[in-house]
Amino acid sequence: MSQHLKNITLKIWRQVGPSDRGRFESYLVPEISDEASFLEMLDLLNEQLISEGKEAVVFDHDCREGICGTCSLMIDGQAHGPQKGTATCQLHMRKFESNDTIVIEPWRASAFPIIKDLMVDRAPLDRIVEAGGFITAETGGAPDANLIPIPKPVADASMDAAECIGCGACVAACPNGAANLFTGAKMAHLNLLPQGQAERFQRAEAMVETMDEHFGSCTNHGECEAACPKSISIDVIALLNADYLKAKFKNRKNLSRI
Amino acid sequence: MSINLDSKVPAGPMADKWDNFKEQEKLVNPANKRKFKIIVVGTGLAGASAAATLAELGYRVDAFTFHDSPRRAHSIAAQGGINAAKNYKGDGDSVHRLFYDTVKGGDFRSREANVHRLAQVSVNIIDQMVAQGVPFAREYGGQLDNRSFGGAQVSRTFYARGQTGQQLLIGAYQQLARQIGLGNVNLYNRMEMVDVVNIDGRCAGIVVRDLLTGEISSHSAHAVVLATGGYGNAFFLSTNAMNCNVTAAWRAHRKGAAFANPCFTQIHPTCIPQADDFQSKLTLMSESLRNDGRVWVPKSADETRAAADIPEDERDYYLERIYPSFGNLAPRDVSSRAAKRAVDAGQGVGPLKNGVYLDFADAIARLGKNTVKERYGNLFDMYERITGENPYETPMRIYPASHYTMGGLWVDYELMTTVPGLYCAGEANFSDHGANRLGASALMQGLADGYFVLPYTISNFLAEWLNKPIPDTSHAAFKQAEADATDRFKRFLSIGGTRSPDYFHRELGKIIWDYCGMDRTKEGLEKALSELPALYQEFQTDLRVTGDGESTNQTLEKAGRVEDFFELGMQMCLDALTREESCGGHFRAEHQTEEGEALRDDENFAHVAAWEWTGDPMKPNRHQEELEYEVIKFQTRSYK
Repeated sequence: MSQHLKNITLKIWRQVGPSDRGRFESYLVPEISDEASFLEMLDLLNEQLISEGKEAVVFDHDCREGICGTCSLMIDGQAHGPQKGTATCQLHMRKFESNDTIVIEPWRASAFPIIKDLMVDRAPLDRIVEAGGFITAETGGAPDANLIPIPKPVADASMDAAECIGCGACVAACPNGAANLFTGAKMAHLNLLPQGQAERFQRAEAMVETMDEHFGSCTNHGECEAACPKSISIDVIALLNADYLKAKFKNRKNLSRI
Repeated sequence: MSINLDSKVPAGPMADKWDNFKEQEKLVNPANKRKFKIIVVGTGLAGASAAATLAELGYRVDAFTFHDSPRRAHSIAAQGGINAAKNYKGDGDSVHRLFYDTVKGGDFRSREANVHRLAQVSVNIIDQMVAQGVPFAREYGGQLDNRSFGGAQVSRTFYARGQTGQQLLIGAYQQLARQIGLGNVNLYNRMEMVDVVNIDGRCAGIVVRDLLTGEISSHSAHAVVLATGGYGNAFFLSTNAMNCNVTAAWRAHRKGAAFANPCFTQIHPTCIPQADDFQSKLTLMSESLRNDGRVWVPKSADETRAAADIPEDERDYYLERIYPSFGNLAPRDVSSRAAKRAVDAGQGVGPLKNGVYLDFADAIARLGKNTVKERYGNLFDMYERITGENPYETPMRIYPASHYTMGGLWVDYELMTTVPGLYCAGEANFSDHGANRLGASALMQGLADGYFVLPYTISNFLAEWLNKPIPDTSHAAFKQAEADATDRFKRFLSIGGTRSPDYFHRELGKIIWDYCGMDRTKEGLEKALSELPALYQEFQTDLRVTGDGESTNQTLEKAGRVEDFFELGMQMCLDALTREESCGGHFRAEHQTEEGEALRDDENFAHVAAWEWTGDPMKPNRHQEELEYEVIKFQTRSYK
């Protein structure tokens, strides 16, 4: 049966717009069921704020099933909060206790400017995919799907990386604001597959260099893996580095022919 | 604008219709394609695949999404899989079999020719997605693996763990991202479509609201594609994402696009039961779980023991008992109603007695925990995160919830609505699933529409408009629509009442769920139709939206969406009231067999009900498109 938590203090980052300095504001949640999700608690807070004639706290969220990657909260200094391998929307209040004070901030990274309150702009992640995070296979004329057998371990390893939900927690958790886990995951998903080989090194160079335009550099802290709601391994960063290095040699010859 | 329900189904035998269409349609030559601009609203499976493919063909494409990135669309949450008539298993599958299963699954309320085309192109989808690098599950020999889904006796479902929708959407998103990077698609993110503009009898463009600044602006094009998903959130509690809404489709409806079969909504049998009153949404547990899980309830309504302590002979495996040939894989509508009957009879399980068990004990004994974990691990983890219970040890608790909407904007064979130049794809249209959708067919339909149907059919319309100017956004009709939209959002801000949009959404959802949910009666629907206008009136006078209209304001966004759900909700109830039969997801208690199954009336209701907006949400005009079955004969749908 559900229990109720009492007297939860929320310290929430409020910022009216990109140019505002922002500040923390404290709110009291007198009572909440431990069956409630973390975002349902924020829903209730917002209902309360609206009933008091105050503006609701802005935060990104959508599927609430941990798959769309829209939610993005720094909870007590941890991206997506205290539960390992769990996005904010799947975090439930049973992970907290009565009388807790919970600090809620937006993603903090120079590549992710704050739009309002807890909402940030993550568009640079899309720029990395646009630079090369795809396989050129225009619609129509694809050969039969079973023509190229893909060994199960290869398909599984590709899938492990492809599970990335693009939330940006890796960037928020990184002391350097690097996006290597995100970029490495996308690159590993495609570069491990036979279909991805034709553009492998072109992809590696284009994605890494676009990443470098927006984000900080990786210095192997490993915070990204710890924060990732899909527990994607930093092995993908090793693959990224290896493919980028190879690409710098191979592409000198190959890309000059394009 | 008058309503013309000409389905434009091509001539010829069923299996040749699509080829006949492609042979006879008008084309636009490659050099001329860049003279055309196409707007695509929505970037889920249907929208992203359409935008990417149209751009590859050479059209100029503007894509709009209210998300921060195209990859967030709710297609991403589909878990179980995608059907295709590949017959890789050699188990008797074929295009005809998939076509037949889909028409039967839809309880004979879909348009045969559309469904046949869907089954035909299903095989191309798998080829296309594999070429793009979608990491579908594989056998050890490297070949693609399949599983089976409800309503089918073959294994034709391709999957990527429990995240098939995610992988397919990322595939389509990557293809779209490539076109954005190449400059062939202009992406407008965090923009919500708030109106459609028609000039001289055809769609001329759209009006959008920038969700960051509140700015209202117009965009014109030669054709507009709406791929904006379904309206399951009308029920408030559903498995849809929080931001899913009917606004784009509804605004188009108000501008002349007929809305078809709004009462055809799907209640999915396997969702996690509601735990509390404040709950914001329900979470689906994939239908694929029914491949290995067994559904049961205690025979006694007074049962208090834990599941494991209830002996076999005191359990009722009701799906296996009532539907022996399909068992736990009976279709969604049938399974949902069976669960409701068990819970209504007091046999429900869980603290609120509002669920049934989905038990994996036998599967774990037979296959071992590791195999079960490999197949469903992420779903089991998700269940545990939400409920705090470990499904490897105690059976899952599930209950039906609103999940998908078969109804939507009426479209002809070419996916054009009743407004020339305005197309509708994916869940937002009504075309392929009749009164009930089979599992793993939504992904199939979204991608079929976007990849393999629209890119062909749209040139048939555009060819006639070559070198003819289209109205600019300075046209008075655009200015009027912008002014109307501006006034509408100002109105929400100025009401100054006491209740939030969420309050009204919750109340609205309760009425629709109680009277237009799994079980509908004339009396209940009439009650809903008296309560809804009253609540809507209250919404218009007692709504409170805090904040302003010039910066991000999610409360204001929600107000617009809830208002559209009100108008839609009235039409759903009217549609359910006038359809005096039971079929698929539409179950009228007055029309059932002695065994409690849906009783169709093919004599009087073998038609699509297409509603025309009149200005009064309580008084739309009802039109009919008769459904003629050339190939598949009417039969009573039986899964016994």
